[in-house]
Amino acid sequence: MKARVTVTLKTGILDPQGKAIEGALKSLGVDGVASVRQGKVFDIELAGADRAKAEAALKEAADKLLANTVIENYRVELL
Amino acid sequence: MKAAILVFPGINRERDMARALKLISGHEPAMVWHAETSLPAGTDLVVVPGGFSYGDYLRCGAIAARAPVMDAVRDYAAKGGLVLGVCNGFQILCESGLLPGVLMRNARLKFICKDVHLRVERSDTPFTRGYNAGQVIRVPVAHGEGNYEADEETIKRIEGEGRVLYRYCSADGLVDESHNINGAAHSIAGLVNDKGNVLGMMPHPENHVEDIMGCTDGRGLFAGLTAHLEKAA
Repeated sequence: MKARVTVTLKTGILDPQGKAIEGALKSLGVDGVASVRQGKVFDIELAGADRAKAEAALKEAADKLLANTVIENYRVELL
Repeated sequence: MKAAILVFPGINRERDMARALKLISGHEPAMVWHAETSLPAGTDLVVVPGGFSYGDYLRCGAIAARAPVMDAVRDYAAKGGLVLGVCNGFQILCESGLLPGVLMRNARLKFICKDVHLRVERSDTPFTRGYNAGQVIRVPVAHGEGNYEADEETIKRIEGEGRVLYRYCSADGLVDESHNINGAAHSIAGLVNDKGNVLGMMPHPENHVEDIMGCTDGRGLFAGLTAHLEKAA
């Protein structure tokens, strides 16, 4: 089973990397970019076919390691 | 002093730290590999040194913070044992939950490698008793992610409880945004946990302890710890 965990910065957390990318896009002349926030994507393959178990394992992974919940939110998707 | 220095893959300041501790306390510290599940018997100071544990993969300090030895450090700290984390060690302590908040990318995105001035905020702690309150010391920093942040509530509590021990400042002790090298909340360079036994700091006091280094302002931290532990023994 394939899954994806997306980790993003919480609203209000300063994201200097996102700001730099936003500036670069603007200087490249890409139109209509209002703002950029940078995040991370983890593509994970799971052994087994139990969706509930998989979701629980992914949440555990995100809480324990993939995200720092002081500053980041995460979203778990089974694909 | 019976210090234990934690060693993770990618750490590179552990020998500087060992040299400084030996020089000032007179005792050779133990080097403890990250896969250990216990600390040497009688350990009275745990040091998490600087470097780039696990190549800063995922987030600085994130993977080291989940190493087996960190469970032993958590138990030890819960019993009141002294813990000092420097640079990557500070990041590891935040990631492990031993200190609140997080070290973010420097506000101006640059890796900063230079001497900075720090104001010692109080002298009545094991980590600062070698200095006077208000004293300004000069120590090096070398980090890309030293911008300390926590939610407003946490910062308010930290300040209210007097837990900021070191702040970035000018040579004469002025704390303002122009001397806040990495954009840290309230110019925080080093702070302790709620019980006051765990210190995390971005600057490297261990690199200013011998005349050949051009400055010995870092000695006070280790001299203070040595005095504190000798008195307790």
